[in-house]
Amino acid sequence: MKSDLYTHPDYYALDDLLTDEHKLIRDTARDWVKKEMSPIIDEHYENATFPMHILSGLGEIGAFGPYIPEEYGGPGLDQISYGLIMQELERCDSGLRSTASVQSSLVMYPIWKYGSEEQKQKYLPKMATGEMIGCFGLTEPDYGSDPGGMVTNFKDMGDHYLLNGAKMWISNAPFADVAVVWAKNEEGRIHGLLVERGMEGFSTPEMHGKLSLRASATGELIFDNVKVPKENLLPGRSGLGAPLSCLDSARFGIAWGALGAAMDCYDQALRYSKERKQFNVPIGAFQLMQKKLAEMITEITKAQLLTYRLGQLRNEGKATSAQISMAKRNNVEIALNIAREARQMHGGMGITSEYSMMRHMANLESVVTYEGTHDIHLLITGMDVTGIPAFTREMPTKK
Amino acid sequence: MKILVCISKAPDTTTKISFTDGDTKFDESGVKYIVNPYDEWYALVRGLELKEAHGGSVTTVTVGTAEDDATIRKALAIGADDATRINVKPEDASQVAAEIAAYAKEGAYDLVLLGKETIDYNGSQVGGMIAEHLDMPFISLAEKLDVDGTTATLDKEITGGVQTVEAELPLVVSCAKGMAEQRIPNMRGIMAARKKPLNVVEPTNAAKQTSFVKYALPAPKSAVKLIDPNNMDELVELLHNEAKVI
Repeated sequence: MKSDLYTHPDYYALDDLLTDEHKLIRDTARDWVKKEMSPIIDEHYENATFPMHILSGLGEIGAFGPYIPEEYGGPGLDQISYGLIMQELERCDSGLRSTASVQSSLVMYPIWKYGSEEQKQKYLPKMATGEMIGCFGLTEPDYGSDPGGMVTNFKDMGDHYLLNGAKMWISNAPFADVAVVWAKNEEGRIHGLLVERGMEGFSTPEMHGKLSLRASATGELIFDNVKVPKENLLPGRSGLGAPLSCLDSARFGIAWGALGAAMDCYDQALRYSKERKQFNVPIGAFQLMQKKLAEMITEITKAQLLTYRLGQLRNEGKATSAQISMAKRNNVEIALNIAREARQMHGGMGITSEYSMMRHMANLESVVTYEGTHDIHLLITGMDVTGIPAFTREMPTKK
Repeated sequence: MKILVCISKAPDTTTKISFTDGDTKFDESGVKYIVNPYDEWYALVRGLELKEAHGGSVTTVTVGTAEDDATIRKALAIGADDATRINVKPEDASQVAAEIAAYAKEGAYDLVLLGKETIDYNGSQVGGMIAEHLDMPFISLAEKLDVDGTTATLDKEITGGVQTVEAELPLVVSCAKGMAEQRIPNMRGIMAARKKPLNVVEPTNAAKQTSFVKYALPAPKSAVKLIDPNNMDELVELLHNEAKVI
């Protein structure tokens, strides 16, 4: 079996800014990944299967809702701890991080922030341990970047709600016990509903044929006259801002996670450049290889500083959606570029599963698309600095 | 059963080793420390397993400065009940053993466990010295340890086989690979470690008996020469005249 030799690059001594507990949490996640995930990830990726047996392990290392308070079964950690755990998971595989981020930011977060006390007690402790898994239904076949246009809807039937519609590209859907579903009421206002597996008319077919995130399960959510009990509505917030606030939390985790993938690619490329010889010298002696490595570590260091500061802002409750957008967009982009460059440095070996760059590269194509595409995040920054939204335009009429 | 586990830090295995002050000091700048794996994976985990089976408590003891607290917290996160740090920089095995023995004397421990060696200096001396100070039996390099009543049964590897040893508690055991399986702390453990006591006690000022004079790195590996298998004459010629081994 190949050994996982990963150590993280820390060019600007950022570890000095972390607390001892941050480092213990990160090292714990890393040790767990090396022991439980590194030996099996390639097999699951190749077979397009999710390793169900690791859910309780993810719960044990605190990957599910790290910031959920102790009274609801979480460890009550800060946002930097959440980021560090996501970084270690995605260092191994984006699909693994996706499973944890969906559970944490898109399911536990809205229940914690907008749920009733009964909902929090019912779901959060079991989700923190991985005993119960959730998914998040916002995207629809015809509404991706424009979620406000959703057609999934519910009607008030007096003693229950009647839910109809469909959601697509939903991580964890095939095995989730509960879905946080965003749907419009009769007045067109968006609300969150907790839809449990087993409710009549609710099905979660798995989507096949993905060439990315193959070790993570993705599916559809189909609602055909599903009777949802009234107590399953999230009472705390409605409107598009509610699901978007969950995406802020998830995108924050992605910013850290994608950086983890970049750090893994750099770590391997650096090691390989010292070991692999051509023309009797290590390939790291060639200027073109050094250029790649120097640019990689520069981008990684900038991204590390960006995420760390964003973590501080988020701890203080000051991080704006636009700041999170910038970090998500930047870090996924540099991760994709670094994965490609690192793969090239490995020559032919780089396309095999012996190394993780090609898998990271394919995974990151999803990460650059989901939770706000690369271009949408650019428009968010553009809007933030100009004050002018450029998301929509009138269809030009023919003269 | 009262168990004392000696915990020491050691540089992470990926550390680049270098020296300063004319090769008389180990350069600690930028070095990341971990819990010495023999202390953590084998001594501490076996101690916890024995506590889980027989009841009792596991205390860790470390000779070191406040810089060691991070590694001590990890031992608490893995499951030790409480920890003590003897507040002095360790200088040699004799000093460390004398400090630990002085502390252990007060605690009436049934078992004192430690790793067979630290992965930096590989001295393997502290366990035997502690046993001598405490007038207890010492079993070194144990890869299995069971306790029945007041009798401990241990396996230790010997050349070509395994030796089984019995000894009465209390005793000191240095633990080798095979004694237990590494435990990764979980989040509950990390949270619980925040509240567990880490007591700092002042040293007895035991004197060191040795001094480091100079460090040297191993000679770098020389380049390998590849000889065509069809060219045995060249190989023999090089082995004879260049390597001078035949």
